[in-house]
Amino acid sequence: MSPRVTFAVAARVLAQLRHDHRTLALLLVVPSAVLGLLRWMYDSRPDVFDQLGPALLALIPFIVMFLVTSVTTLRERSSGTLERLLAMPMGRLDLLLGYGLAFGLMAALQSGIAVALCAGPLGLDVRGPVWVLVVVAVADAVLGTAFGLFVSAFARTEFQAVQFMPLVVVPQILLCGLFLSRDALPGPLSVLSDALPLSYAVDAMTLVASRTGDVAGVDGQVWRDLGVVAAVTVLLLALGAVTLRRRTP
Amino acid sequence: MSNAVRVDRLRVTRGGTTAVDDVSFTARTGEVTGLLGPSGSGKSSLLRAVVGVQVVAGGIVEVLGRPAGSRELRHRIGYVTQAPSVYDDLTVTENVRFFARVLGLGPQAVDEVVGAVDLGRHRDSRVARLSGGERSRVSLAVALLGTPDLLVLDEPTVGLDPVLRLDLWALFHRLAREGAAVVVSSHVMDEAQRCDRLLLMRSGRLVADDSPEGLLARTGTADVESAFLALVRGQEAR
Repeated sequence: MSPRVTFAVAARVLAQLRHDHRTLALLLVVPSAVLGLLRWMYDSRPDVFDQLGPALLALIPFIVMFLVTSVTTLRERSSGTLERLLAMPMGRLDLLLGYGLAFGLMAALQSGIAVALCAGPLGLDVRGPVWVLVVVAVADAVLGTAFGLFVSAFARTEFQAVQFMPLVVVPQILLCGLFLSRDALPGPLSVLSDALPLSYAVDAMTLVASRTGDVAGVDGQVWRDLGVVAAVTVLLLALGAVTLRRRTP
Repeated sequence: MSNAVRVDRLRVTRGGTTAVDDVSFTARTGEVTGLLGPSGSGKSSLLRAVVGVQVVAGGIVEVLGRPAGSRELRHRIGYVTQAPSVYDDLTVTENVRFFARVLGLGPQAVDEVVGAVDLGRHRDSRVARLSGGERSRVSLAVALLGTPDLLVLDEPTVGLDPVLRLDLWALFHRLAREGAAVVVSSHVMDEAQRCDRLLLMRSGRLVADDSPEGLLARTGTADVESAFLALVRGQEAR
C-alpha cells in the first residue's frame, strides 16, 4: 500500500467526474431536490418530515454512491484498465481506498448541501449538532461505495450491476426502520435488520436529529452506530480486495 | 544477448478450450520478437501469460529471470492490451499522468512518452474524441512509461495508417537497441518482415520460430504469408 498511489487513484476518479458535468450536477442537486419534494409532500405535517428527513439523508448518499461505484468499477474491469493497473506496482487496497476517498469527498459535498438545505430553508428539526449529520452521511456514502466495489466483482455487465440494487439495497431500505420501526418487525426480520449496516446508519442519523433526554447517552449510541457502519465498510473493502485478482482465467 | 522471456511447454485453457498448447520459446533483450498468427490463434493468451495476468494450466514462464507475475517485475514490464486500456473520459495528458503517478514518475516522463507516440498535438483532447489509432497510441504511451526492460504489445498497430505504422516499428527497434526486449503481436503478416525474430502461431501452437530470412529460405517462399501457408499445408499433409 502506498499513499502516493491511493491519492493518484482518488485524483483520477475526481478528474473523471469533473469532466462529466451532468453526472456532477446530478450528484450534487438530486438529493436536495428529493428532500425538497418530501418536504412539500408533508407541507401540512412538518412533524412527519422531521421523522422521515433524517432517514432519507442517510439513504440517499448510500444509494447514489452504490450505483456510481458499481458502474465505474465495472467499467474499469471491462475496459482493461484494471488489468493494466494490476500488472503495475499497484496495491489492490490502493485502488479501493482511492475510490473510497474520491467518492467520500463527493459524498461530503453532496450531503453538505442536502443537510444545509434541510436544516435551513426546509426547517428540519435538528436537535443534535448539524456537522454530525454530515459525518454520518459521509460514512453512509463510503459504505455504499464499499458495497458497490464488492458487488461489481459479481457482475459481468452494467445491466447486472444495476440489478444488484434491488437485491442488496432495497431489503436494507425496507428493514432500516423507515417504514416500520425496527423493534416492531417480526422476530426473524428484526434479527435480520440488526445484521444490516444501513439500519445503523439510519439509526445514527435519526438519533442525532431527534436528540432528547440523556444527551451523553444518545451521543454514545450515535458513535457506536457509526462504528458499526465503519467496521462493515472495512470488512467489505477487504472482501473487495480479495475479489480483485491479478491473474484471471 | 540474454533471454528476457523464457517460455517452456506453456499451456493455457480459456473457457474450457485450449488456447495455448505446449508452446516453448525465448525472446531476447535487444530484439524485436514478432508473434504472428490469425486472430483466435492464442496470441493474446500467450502474451497475457508472459505479463503474468493469465491463469496458466501448465508449463514455465520466466521473465527477466523471475517467474512471470512476480512483484519485482511490475516496474519493469510495459504492457499494451489489445483494446486500448485507457480512460475515455480523461484527456491524453491526464491518462498518462495518472499511470505515471502510479509508477512514481514525474511530469517529464509524461512529456517524453506523449512525444514518442506523436500525440503532442492532442495532449489536451479527451481520449473519447480521438480516432481508434490515436487511442491505441495513448495506450502505447502508457506502456512506454519508465523505459521498461520488457515491452509486451498486443496488436499495437491495428488500424493505423501506414506511415504511422512504419514510425512505430522504428520506435520498437529503437527501444530494442536501447536495451529492451520487445514482443509484438500482429495478425498482419506483412509486418513480420520488420521483426528480428518471428514466432508463427496457429490454433494455440507455434508453427515456426525463426528469423524472417531463415523462415523464407527454409520454406522457399518470397513472403511470410506464403511461408505460413507452406508450413500449415506441410503440417496437414503429414
